[in-house]
Amino acid sequence: MIRVELPAHLRILAQVSGEVQLRVGGQVTQRTLLDALESRYPMLRGTLRDQITGQRRPFVRFFANAEDLSHESPDAPLPESVATGAEPLLIVGAIAGG
Amino acid sequence: MSGVRVLVGTHKGAFVLTSDGKRDKWDVSGPHFAGWEIYHVKGSPVDLNRLYASQSSGWFGQLIQRSNDGGKTWEPVGNKFAYDGVPGTHQWYDGTPHPWEFKRVWHLEPSLTDADTVYAGVEDAALFRSTDAGQTWQELAGLRGHGSGPRWQPGAGGLGLHTILLDPGGNGRIFIAISAAGAFRSDDSGATWQPINRGLRSQYIPDPEAEVGHCVHRIAMHRSRPSVLFMQKHWDVMRSDDAGDSWQEVSGNLPTDFGFCIDVHAHEPETIFVVPIKSDSEHFPPDGKLRVYRSRTGGNEWEPLSRGLPQSDCYVNVLRDAMAVDSLEECGVYFGTTGGQVYASANAGDTWAPIVRDLPAVLSVEVQTLQ
Repeated sequence: MIRVELPAHLRILAQVSGEVQLRVGGQVTQRTLLDALESRYPMLRGTLRDQITGQRRPFVRFFANAEDLSHESPDAPLPESVATGAEPLLIVGAIAGG
Repeated sequence: MSGVRVLVGTHKGAFVLTSDGKRDKWDVSGPHFAGWEIYHVKGSPVDLNRLYASQSSGWFGQLIQRSNDGGKTWEPVGNKFAYDGVPGTHQWYDGTPHPWEFKRVWHLEPSLTDADTVYAGVEDAALFRSTDAGQTWQELAGLRGHGSGPRWQPGAGGLGLHTILLDPGGNGRIFIAISAAGAFRSDDSGATWQPINRGLRSQYIPDPEAEVGHCVHRIAMHRSRPSVLFMQKHWDVMRSDDAGDSWQEVSGNLPTDFGFCIDVHAHEPETIFVVPIKSDSEHFPPDGKLRVYRSRTGGNEWEPLSRGLPQSDCYVNVLRDAMAVDSLEECGVYFGTTGGQVYASANAGDTWAPIVRDLPAVLSVEVQTLQ
């Protein structure tokens, strides 16, 4: 199972606590993972990526293994540790404020 | 037992304030959607338990929430707002072409006849409609496509479609307003549109009497006379007696005719309310005194209403969607401030009292009269 950690506001929206666990068919990429996430939690559609363009929202970042994956191709394979569930994909909202 | 339900959208969540018909004791529920910007919450006049809310954030975009039980519980519905066809461009602040980009929903206007039909005014300016209770949205593209769209330019707060008035006469007439394009009218349920800005004069644009480009802040009407419109423009309070074909200034003796909100008494179509704000660069009341001004003559002659409102050191703003009236026998008037207060008057503005004092900045106030 693939593990995903959502930002607090989106955990409330999706009515989950802690990590989300997902099954992703085929190659595990940002796109297939987000497709699976939005399929299971339709209320998240549009919150992480634009529904028209499919582009990641500017204030949303993806991290795993302490690496920033935000600028990787949506169709690039995610790290093996994410694909096997050893590590979660962290979805992080940019910190704002003073 | 009669009562009222006040729907408050704030910078950090929504609140529902309820009272009986006396309107002196209030129950406060919320925050709903804590931490999110709630630009607007409005209930269906057909089904008082059906509410729609616009929920957005700079991080996670736009959501639409629907309640079927008067705001006790909510469910997210459709949030895909796709412009019809190739969106094209409008003007940017510097006059250069800028692509139309969806940013947020400013205003939700439920249908007068069908609880499942609701209109959404969005930024960048466009009008959408849902006929399935918010599950899916379709643009009424004749508005952006009528010809002047490439000349529309955003106001300081963005190119927002913020006002939607549905004519109760069943004639398919709709009025909308956009900052800073102006007012527009459709006579065929939103299929085709025309600008209705004749008589507006805006000295801050190159042609002060241009067909479009006016920063209309709000339009209000009384249900019994849908051809009579009242407008708070950036500067100037205006009225039209011919459904927007022409406008006349009725600022009269107001201390300043800048402001955002305007509304009409529920039972007196010539009684209107505004909150004068000092200027477009000083978004607070003149002299630090928060005063609603009431005209019982449809404009020109105004009286200040200050009993119960702060009369010193008050520097809040009252935004365009943050005033509403109820339709109880003695008309109630409500407004919210950027300082987080929601004030209510149970006697058409003669006296005021705060319902709440310390909410996040109030973005919108709507009222449902519960009979």
